Amino acid sequence: MRKLTTPFIVLSAMMFLSAPWIINATRYESTMGLVQKVFYFHFPSAILFMTAAVICGINSVRVLFWKNKQADVWALSAAELGFLFGALTLVTGPLWARKAWGVWWVWDPRLTLSLVLWMIFGAYLLLRQYGGPGSDRLAAGMALFGMANVPFIYVSVNVWRTLHPMTSVVPTLPYDMGAALWFCFTAFTMLFIALLNLRASLEFQRLRVEELYLAEDEA
Amino acid sequence: MSNFLRVAWTVMRKDLTVEVRSREILLTTLFFAVSVVLVFSFALVREGRAPDDVAAGILWVAISFSGTLAMGRTFERERYNDTLRALILAPADRPAIYAGKLLGLLLLLALVEIVLVPLVGLLFAAPIFSFPFQLTLLLIMGTLGFAAVGTLFAAMLSRVRSRDTLLPVLLYPITVPVMIAGVRGTAALFQPEPDQAMAQFWIFGLIFWDAVFVTLALWTFEPVMTE
Repeated sequence: MRKLTTPFIVLSAMMFLSAPWIINATRYESTMGLVQKVFYFHFPSAILFMTAAVICGINSVRVLFWKNKQADVWALSAAELGFLFGALTLVTGPLWARKAWGVWWVWDPRLTLSLVLWMIFGAYLLLRQYGGPGSDRLAAGMALFGMANVPFIYVSVNVWRTLHPMTSVVPTLPYDMGAALWFCFTAFTMLFIALLNLRASLEFQRLRVEELYLAEDEA
Repeated sequence: MSNFLRVAWTVMRKDLTVEVRSREILLTTLFFAVSVVLVFSFALVREGRAPDDVAAGILWVAISFSGTLAMGRTFERERYNDTLRALILAPADRPAIYAGKLLGLLLLLALVEIVLVPLVGLLFAAPIFSFPFQLTLLLIMGTLGFAAVGTLFAAMLSRVRSRDTLLPVLLYPITVPVMIAGVRGTAALFQPEPDQAMAQFWIFGLIFWDAVFVTLALWTFEPVMTE
């Protein structure tokens, strides 16, 4: 996985540079027009937002039940990325909503639960930052509650009649829109993996430095 | 199973015995809850008339604020007297200890709510007696969901620095679904034309989230309390 970091950064940078032309080449959606194009960034960041919550949650289970130290690093890295991609989702969503629904925000189940998940990530990071010793296990417990939210965010639009478009929209897109969407999705995913790797290796190095420092202290 | 219940019962009785002797948590929580409601009443009630539809929100804000205070205290007391370690060392199921703590907290909060609900009814002209059964169910289920998460996090935070600031920071984002369900359900009962079907819907929502939260809390209490 680590070896992929550099190629993924280069590739995703190139894809992000060419994305404006590809998105521009897609057809205009009949009712929304130009604003619909924010969807090509909204959808990937939303999916990765939820993926981050799942990665964070699964690694937290490993921390809690198997006392896996490395998993804690991955959980922290995923949480930081989750907060970032959540912010992207919550910014791009209202840009679209203003045009589609006439308001920036409604308390629709999917929007509410997404905001809740983002706040859980925020609380998780605050806890990691200011909790001091012992906060890692507590944060892991917190991450489980975050992960529990994900399935509800995903199914919310199909279960309740909400304003947010349903998950069934994506497979029914016309070819050019679908292609642009999956192009952006690939770029975002590679960026996510690269950032996750970078953040985790930074944290591993930090832990190593701490270890050496302690060893030096004892000697 | 009977062992689980026995331990839970013992922990709850211990907590309540301590509480009956000192009355510390009950009195402080109750006083705080009443002040919250009074502040809202000073801010919102104009010429004896409260705005419509605020009673439910204020009731739940008061419950969650005062609940946080009570949760922090139950474990602060254990930490202060160094009895948390003893409690964890006891040859008993950890989930049972959690359940006992939760039951004790629920009973305390129920006592607070018995004062709080009539007070909100009085100050904000809320029809609290029109659907007593549904209202009670909403209060029980909402408090359960809130306290289930709160007990878990208060227990975990008892070992962490700056625990007093972190408890609400961690607790409120997670319990938002419960709060929404509680407020919407109660508002449906308090509005001029009560909507029982809506209240029913939110009660089921609460039961659902309670199941999720209690399961997760019982499952994680053991590993997070292990050093």
